[in-house]
Amino acid sequence: MPEIREKAEAARGKQAPYGEDIDLTAYEQSVSVYGDDPNLERLSEEEKNHVLEVGIDVAKTDRTGSFFLKGHSPVQCTVGQAGVELLPIAEALKKYGGLEKYWWQAVDVGSDKYTAQAEIALHSGYFLRVKAGTQACFPVQACLYLSEEGISQNLHNLVIAEEGAEVHIITGCTTAPHLKKGLHIGVTEVYVEKGATVTSTMLHNWGEDVVVRPRTAVWVEQGGTYMSNYVCLKPAKSVQMYPSVRLKGENAVARLNTILVASRGAMLDVGGKVSLEAKGAKAEIISRTITTGGKIISRGMLIGQVPNIKAHLECSGLILSDEGQIHAIPELDGWVSGVEMSHEAAVGKISQEEIEYLMARGLTEQEATALIVRGFLNVKMEGLPAELQQEIEKMIMESEESFL
Amino acid sequence: MLLEIKDLTVEVAGRVVLRDINIAIDYGETHILFGKNGSGKTSLLMTIMGFSGYKVTAGSIHFKGEDITNLPIHERAQRGIGMSFQRPPTIRGLKTHDLIRTFGRNDFDVDQIVDNLEFSTFLDRDINLGFSGGEIKKSELVQLSLQNPDLILLDEPESGVDLENIKVIGRGIKRLLQKNLHRQRTKSGLVITHTGLILNYLEADNGYLLLDGVIRCDGNPREMFESIQSTGYEECARCQR
Repeated sequence: MPEIREKAEAARGKQAPYGEDIDLTAYEQSVSVYGDDPNLERLSEEEKNHVLEVGIDVAKTDRTGSFFLKGHSPVQCTVGQAGVELLPIAEALKKYGGLEKYWWQAVDVGSDKYTAQAEIALHSGYFLRVKAGTQACFPVQACLYLSEEGISQNLHNLVIAEEGAEVHIITGCTTAPHLKKGLHIGVTEVYVEKGATVTSTMLHNWGEDVVVRPRTAVWVEQGGTYMSNYVCLKPAKSVQMYPSVRLKGENAVARLNTILVASRGAMLDVGGKVSLEAKGAKAEIISRTITTGGKIISRGMLIGQVPNIKAHLECSGLILSDEGQIHAIPELDGWVSGVEMSHEAAVGKISQEEIEYLMARGLTEQEATALIVRGFLNVKMEGLPAELQQEIEKMIMESEESFL
Repeated sequence: MLLEIKDLTVEVAGRVVLRDINIAIDYGETHILFGKNGSGKTSLLMTIMGFSGYKVTAGSIHFKGEDITNLPIHERAQRGIGMSFQRPPTIRGLKTHDLIRTFGRNDFDVDQIVDNLEFSTFLDRDINLGFSGGEIKKSELVQLSLQNPDLILLDEPESGVDLENIKVIGRGIKRLLQKNLHRQRTKSGLVITHTGLILNYLEADNGYLLLDGVIRCDGNPREMFESIQSTGYEECARCQR
């Protein structure tokens, strides 16, 4: 597809509208090649525990499929249910002759230098297709693992849920233990066809000097549902992402939940955009952010293009350190009458009244603060497997240590 | 004496809200605070509990013989003071059962306490989020029951509660204050009431009338309440028994 390549070449140096500009040449493009490891036996115990923290179960208990990308090598790609297809992206492109109907359709390859890089120097990614009417019994997991110091990962993932299909994808993105520097570019295009449901839970646990530039776009057709949960509670140097969802069909639904903790030195520019383009469409964007010294820009945008749509946006931020900053930017854009969109945004400290109320029950100030923060981050995420919920709760508990 | 307040003067934001307060509550006694809105009743409870913003400029508070005037809130709670709030804050995301779990009351029959207060369906909800008046009071009493304090401060336990629920709440308070025990009763209460309805559920030993931050009268709480009902707060204060 030469026109795609041309567009990418033209955008090679194009700065993204948000986030600090990254020098892509500062990261290593060539890395070690790892052979197939279908049972991940070559991972050390430390590595296994590390990936478990981002929801990746090496034993694949209660997983319909599992994809493991080590550096640039898809070392594992297995699936255990008919109707669910999981392939390394290169294989899928070969098998389906370029996947023209989907490839770079939801995401514009010319968006910025990161999308361009993902086209020009594609390393890997996964392809997940759930065939019409198939409901994946368990989540499909994908681990995107930065295995070496200072490398770049340029990935392109494609998810297709055909008519009436249902799937939950758990994406765990992490660096090898003790590794600090790296760049992760991840283009993800998600196509939710008529009446299908896709839930995507993404957990990030990066090294403290890692730069992350996901580029996600989702199309949802009639009666389809897309739910996203994004959790990033560990230090990362710079994350900038602004996933966009187009509700193209009638009664399509999108729900985006984000919970973030920015520690000192982190710069997290994270948001979500939903465009409601057909009647009966519904959207909800909820973000809960905490800074313990880092900077957070929490964006949210709802675009109501047709009447009879309903959408709500909620950005709440807690500033737990004077060094931190939270900039909430909720936006509503209504094009016609008959749209029903609202937002609430609040940024501040923990209310003294709440702390003292709990202290009157005998809790110390620290214990009270911890309970309130835990409650604050406790966003209801639907369809989450119990052990993943526990993992998230554990991460929340651990993140408490950074501010108590 | 369980609680002894001597010559207490309190300021909020530079304004005197309580002046020369003297109150003594012995083990097993329940005392009632009367007074119209803004007279300082809630301020007195908040000061006993130790909330920030209530600055003691003179006098002292002793609890079980110890001077607690400057202790932080949680240390007062740990020594045995508990409070039911009139309008407690909502804490989003924090479930009531997660809070009461922190009390570590393995020695209590939590289910029984929750059932007695008809509260089981609320344990899974965010604390006070969207609770009705009665639900708030029940939530407060569940928490207090598990906290098991020796001195119970109740700020208008009947406000906003319908007649059916007032029975449940009244019985809950009676249990908290061990009104079924006679000789061995050790729990004490200091209760704010406007309507006096709560007096139907507990025998009180003493009453105070607060007006403009000053105790203007004390005596038999039932008699005082009757007098307030028939002649109003001002007149009751004027009698200067």
